[in-house]
Amino acid sequence: MKPFRNAPPAEYAGAVPELSPRVALFVPCYLDQLYPDVAWACLELLEARGLKVDVPAQQTCCGQPLINTGAGHAARPLGVRFAASFAGFDHVVCPSGSCAAALRRQLAELPSGAASPRVFELCEFLVDELGVERLDVSFPHRVALHQSCHALRELGLGAPSELGGGAVARENPGRKLLGLVRDLTLVEPGRSDECCGFGGSFCVLEPGVSSRMGDDRVADFEAAGAEVVTSLDMSCLMHLSGLARRRARPLGFMHIAQVLLGRPIGEQAAAERRA
Amino acid sequence: MSERLVGHPARARLFLADEARSRFHDGALWEIRRRRDRRARDLPEWQELRALAARIKAHMLGRLPGYLEQFEANATRHGAVVHFARDAAEHNRIVLELLRARRITRVVKSKSMLTEECGLNPWLEQHGIEVTDTDLGELIVQLRKEPPSHIVLPAIHLRTQDVAETFAAELAAPPLADPVSLTRFAREHLREKFLAAQAGITGVNFAIAETGGFVVCTNEGNADLGTALPGLHIACMGLEKLVPRAADLGVFLRLLARSATGQAITVYSSHYHGPRPGAELHIVIVDNGRSSIRAEPEHRRALACIRCGACMNTCPVFRRSGGHSYGTEVPGPIGSILAPLRQPERHASLPHACTLCGSCSAVCPVGIDLHEQLLALRRRQVDGGPAASAAQAPVATRGKRWLVALVAWALSSPQRTARLGAWVRWLGRRLPGLLRAGPLAAWSDTRELPPLPRRSFQEQYAERRARATPDAGAQQGVGREEPS
Repeated sequence: MKPFRNAPPAEYAGAVPELSPRVALFVPCYLDQLYPDVAWACLELLEARGLKVDVPAQQTCCGQPLINTGAGHAARPLGVRFAASFAGFDHVVCPSGSCAAALRRQLAELPSGAASPRVFELCEFLVDELGVERLDVSFPHRVALHQSCHALRELGLGAPSELGGGAVARENPGRKLLGLVRDLTLVEPGRSDECCGFGGSFCVLEPGVSSRMGDDRVADFEAAGAEVVTSLDMSCLMHLSGLARRRARPLGFMHIAQVLLGRPIGEQAAAERRA
Repeated sequence: MSERLVGHPARARLFLADEARSRFHDGALWEIRRRRDRRARDLPEWQELRALAARIKAHMLGRLPGYLEQFEANATRHGAVVHFARDAAEHNRIVLELLRARRITRVVKSKSMLTEECGLNPWLEQHGIEVTDTDLGELIVQLRKEPPSHIVLPAIHLRTQDVAETFAAELAAPPLADPVSLTRFAREHLREKFLAAQAGITGVNFAIAETGGFVVCTNEGNADLGTALPGLHIACMGLEKLVPRAADLGVFLRLLARSATGQAITVYSSHYHGPRPGAELHIVIVDNGRSSIRAEPEHRRALACIRCGACMNTCPVFRRSGGHSYGTEVPGPIGSILAPLRQPERHASLPHACTLCGSCSAVCPVGIDLHEQLLALRRRQVDGGPAASAAQAPVATRGKRWLVALVAWALSSPQRTARLGAWVRWLGRRLPGLLRAGPLAAWSDTRELPPLPRRSFQEQYAERRARATPDAGAQQGVGREEPS
C-alpha cells in the first residue's frame, strides 16, 4: 500500500510525552537494612496504581539520627545529597512519618531557589495525591494502628488527642486506608496516641523510661484485643516488637504497607520473604 | 547495664524500680491530662486563647523594662514596697531583712515555685525562722524534707499511705488511712500555724502593669488565710509574671486552671492591690538568670510559661520518671529548657529526656514550642550557643562527637552506607552476642533486635534495576558485595 502522504515522520514514534508525575521512592536507611520487605511493599502499592516509580541509587539517609541528637550541622550535607538524588522528580514518597518530617526540615534548610521535590509520607500520598478509595485486599485480623508522633504532630496526619477546641485537624490517612481493607477489624487502644518511647537516641540514652513506655503500649494494644499492630513508622514498631518478643508476647507488628497488601502476619516471614 | 547512666536516666531508674508507684503516678497524671483535654475541647476558642496568650507574653517580654517600671510605680501608688533582686541570694537577703527588722520568727507560705528556685525555706530556717508551707502538697513534701516533684501537684509522687506515715512520724498524727481524714488533720495542724504566723509569703501568678495589682491562684484558699491575719505580706515573683493590662487576666485565668487541673477556674483567684489597712505589702521581683534567657531569641519564649504544669502531665517521660528525676525545681519539659539554659553542663541529660513526641508543645497554653527548644538545646550541646560565653559552650563529650562524625561520614556515601550495613548484618547474624554487648546493651537488655536480613533492599533492588537496564547497575555503582 502506498504510504499516506501526510503520515507523521518516523521520529514521532515513541516520543509520547510522559503525563504521569515522576515519582521516586525514598527508602529510609533502617528500612533498607532491616526491613527490605517494607520497601518492596511500598513499591508494589504504588506500582499497582499504575505509577512508574524510581528508586534513586544515590540516596542514603534523611539525616534524622543526626538532627535529633543535635548534630544538625553534620546532617546538612545529607539534605543536599537528598535534594540532588531526587532532583527531577515531582513527588518523593517515604514510608516513614518521621523520616518524611526530617526530609521536609532538611529541604527548608536548603538555600532558597534550590530545586526541591515534594516529600510525602506513603499513606498521605496514597490518600491525598492518588485519591485511593478502594483496595482489593483482605486482611482478616484485628489490627491496632499505632499513631507515630512525628506523623501525627510534625506532619499533621491525624488529630492529636490533646488538641483543644478550634483546632483544624485531619483524619489519619492510615486509618482511612485500613478502613478500605476487607475483613480487617480496627481495634482502639485505651490511649489513642501515646508515644511508644522509641525516640531515636532516646531508646538507648533512656533505656528504663523507653522500655516502660513501650511495655505500656504493648499492654494497651493487647488489652484492646489486637493481633497485629501497624503503623506509618516501622521504627516505633522495631522498638515495640523488640520488647514484645523479649517477653514472648504473641502480638504481630507490620508496617502499614504490608497490611495494605495483605501480607501474612509475622515480621520474620515478611523480612525474610525476599531476602 | 546502666552503671554508665548519669543524670536523668539514672534518677528515672530509681523511680521506675518501684513499679507500682510509677504506674500509679502515670495513671494519676494521665487522668488529669484527660480532664484538661475535655476542658480544652469544650472551648471552641481554645486555640485563639492560646494564640492571644502567646502574643500578650511576647509583647510584654519585648517591652519588659517599661512594664516593670509601670508596675513598680502603680504598686507603690497603692502603698506596696517594690524590691528588685538580681539573683536568688539577693532575694533571700531581702526577705530575711524584712522579717528580721520586724523580729518575725513564724512565717506561713503559700505555693511559690520562685521561692523553691531561690531555696528560701532552708535559708530562713538557717536563720532561725520557722516557715510552714500551707499548700497541702507542699506541706507534705516539706515535712518529708523533699523538694516538690511537680509544680502544681507537689506530692503527686506519693500515695495515701506515704502521707499517713509522714503525718504520723512528723506531726504525731493518729493512724489515718483515708485522704479525707488526712486532709482534716492537716487542716487542724495548719490552722494553728495560720493563727500564729507573723508574716505571710506568697508567690504571684500574674502582676498587672497598668494597675500595680497582682493575682495569686490557689485551690485551697491558703494564700488568703496566710495574708489576711499577719501584718506583713511578702509577694515574691519572677519578672516574667507581668501582664500589661487587667483585661489580659481574662485570657490567662481561663487558660491556667483548665491547663493545670482541668478545672474551669481555680477555686481562689485572689487579687491584691496594695496592703490591708494597717498592714504592709512588699513585692520582691527577681531576675535570677531570666534576663539572659530573655536575651536569647531562640529561647525567650520559654519565659512566657505560666507554670500550669500541663507539659508535665502530658509528657510520657515525666509521667513515668517522676518529677524528682529531673533534679531541678521546675521539672518536666519546661524545666528541661530553663535549667540547662542556666547550667548547661550540670543539666546536660535533660534535653535528651524527651522523645520529641511534641505533645508538650501542643498543650502549652502560651504556645511555647517546647520540643523544638529541647532540640535547639541538643544542638547547642554539639555546636555551642550563639554567644561565645562559657554558659553556651558545647558540652557534648568527645565520644559523642566522634560518633556523630563517623555516622555523618558513613551516611554521606551510598557505597559506604551499604558496606557498613552489610557488615553489621553479617556480623550480627554470625555473632549475635556482639549486638547484645557494649553500647548496644542499652537496647538489648530489654529488647530483641529485629531479624537481620541477608540482603538489604537496595541490594535486592539493584538486581531488578540491572534486569530492566542491563548496564545500569554497573554505571550507578551499586554492586554491593556482601562480605561472606
